[in-house]
Amino acid sequence: MPDESLHLSVVNSLLERHKGSAGALLPILHDIQERIGYIPDTAVPEIAHALNQSQAEVRGVISFYHDFRTAPPARHILRLCRAESCKSRGAEELAAQLRERLQLDDHGSSADGSISLRPVYCLGACACSPALELDGQVHARLSAERLDALLDACREDA
Amino acid sequence: MPAFYVSGDSVARAVGAEEVVVALITHARGRVVPLEIKRTSSRGLYWLEPLLEVDTPQGRFGFGPLTDADVPSVLEALKGDPSSHPLALGLVEELPYLKTQQRLLFARAGITQPLHIDDYRDHGGFEGLKRAIAIGGEQTATEVFDSGLRGRGGAAFPAGIKWRTVRATEAAQKYIVCNADEGDSGTFADRMLMEGDPFLLIEGMAIAGITVGATYGYIYVRSEYPDAVAILRNALEIARSNGYLGANVGGSGLAFDMDVRVGAGAYICGEETALLDSLEGKRGVVRAKPPIPALKGLFGQPTLVHNVLTLASVPLILAKGAQFYRDYGMGRSLGTMPFQLAGNIRHGGLVERAFGLTLRELVEDYGGGTASGRPLKAAQVGGPLGAWVPPSQFDTPLDYEAFAGIGAMLGHGGVVVADDTLDMAQMARFALQFCAEESCGKCTPCRIGSTRGVEVIDRMLAAPDQGGRDEQAIILKDLCDTMQYGSLCALGGMAPFPVVSALKYFPADFGLQASEAEQ
Repeated sequence: MPDESLHLSVVNSLLERHKGSAGALLPILHDIQERIGYIPDTAVPEIAHALNQSQAEVRGVISFYHDFRTAPPARHILRLCRAESCKSRGAEELAAQLRERLQLDDHGSSADGSISLRPVYCLGACACSPALELDGQVHARLSAERLDALLDACREDA
Repeated sequence: MPAFYVSGDSVARAVGAEEVVVALITHARGRVVPLEIKRTSSRGLYWLEPLLEVDTPQGRFGFGPLTDADVPSVLEALKGDPSSHPLALGLVEELPYLKTQQRLLFARAGITQPLHIDDYRDHGGFEGLKRAIAIGGEQTATEVFDSGLRGRGGAAFPAGIKWRTVRATEAAQKYIVCNADEGDSGTFADRMLMEGDPFLLIEGMAIAGITVGATYGYIYVRSEYPDAVAILRNALEIARSNGYLGANVGGSGLAFDMDVRVGAGAYICGEETALLDSLEGKRGVVRAKPPIPALKGLFGQPTLVHNVLTLASVPLILAKGAQFYRDYGMGRSLGTMPFQLAGNIRHGGLVERAFGLTLRELVEDYGGGTASGRPLKAAQVGGPLGAWVPPSQFDTPLDYEAFAGIGAMLGHGGVVVADDTLDMAQMARFALQFCAEESCGKCTPCRIGSTRGVEVIDRMLAAPDQGGRDEQAIILKDLCDTMQYGSLCALGGMAPFPVVSALKYFPADFGLQASEAEQ
């Protein structure tokens, strides 16, 4: 685990940027996660102090939203859509293929830190189901072969 | 060399539009006349994406769906008869799928470049704002009321009533909030509009702001739509520097400005009061109503909350008048609705038509049946909380009241088609599991009921005999009843729709006999 206190200057500069903005907690958390990769525990008291809220309130918000992470992410994040449209086009078979090939469950992260799996419910690509998002990039009309090729590409740069 | 058009829409790119552009540039290298490639919004003809369009004297000629490998042969075909290419589509606007649509909201889809404000103005942009300023707030609110426009997010509440309420409420600060948390699976019209025609939404919000007396607005966009967020942020800057936002909106002397806020992966934030809490920096927990947001909304101030498509309908209503808009549709469902064809469908895409066409016309005539070629089993209309509609009810007209009449809902206009291989018991289980995962936890029927519902379905599917399954079916229906009538908001209140409809029309998938499920 890296020394989280190193992140404090980043956190404080972001807090300064959002000073005076109404209801800024979500934008602050997004910015911290974008810069640091996750929301370090040491950031919580700083955020709470800056917003004049309790730490419990801040932690409550972090844990409520699926997007916020409290630990460093893997190098690649693969989010396979598991909603109805993609299910009707074989998303469950692709999910099984992922589990099988990576030996991970639907929410798992590989031990070497190369890839994290997450389910997602709709990427807005429903006319071209099934779809997934890999590192922020959407891929649609997936097939088993294309999924394998995407995984190969993730492994190559590991 | 004529201009080429390729969509920059995120889903067009997800199926290879970027590769087509790269191939075009590569093959055009060394030409005397450089290639002009315009990145437009998407036509919404997603089954034809990546779609390449080329200017001809008759109009834009299309090729699709292309891969980068097809580009050399397309360029070759363009030297002679373009129709000779196997992927030639002819004139895009003559394609029956597009030609028979009534595109009011999506009039510019696939035609203009999203962030080119001159493109927007050349295609009727800001005419609505101009007229709203000319006729004043009272008359503008009346136009919206008279148009019959209803909230496009799903609840279909008359927009004009909200406008008048917020306008009539005195407060130091009022807000416009655009609900762009398009979390309903199977829907993508909001995404298309925000990525493809951002100034239309901005214009609609500016009209709303100066009409009801709100000086600030927020667009709350789900985090799954990063392209929409980036485009909107750029569009806001451009609109501001062109005087459409700021202290003097379009020369009206009235102030309105706005910001984009990004959600964080919570489905419940599509519910308007949970969204307001989220905007305030809290957990997205549903509020009890009353007070309604029009009186006490964001930060306790009067707030006009509308879906993307509702706000984006306003400029046209103002530009062309309420009567023009009312002439589309049927009954109390007036105007047009962008339906979204998704799932196991041959021709997936966006179909904007006046209310009143049937689900069969949509799924069979436009959609062309299932993509797999297998028999059609059902269509889920209106997102994850919508009912599964069996083909026997496909002649129901797409109208809010007609759908409510068959125990279904139009919602946001998403239609997810399934073939006979989809197990409806699993889909019912999924609906409740999704509800359990996304429940904000405030009310008991939703928080506890959804989890119990999953357990009941599991017990039903594991029951060794018919009697055991029947017993669980009774419990499940009872539980669904409690959730439907006892939940605080539509998540718990409507999650039973897909469950009850699956149970009613597809009892065999649950191991039940038809007669018992009907009871």
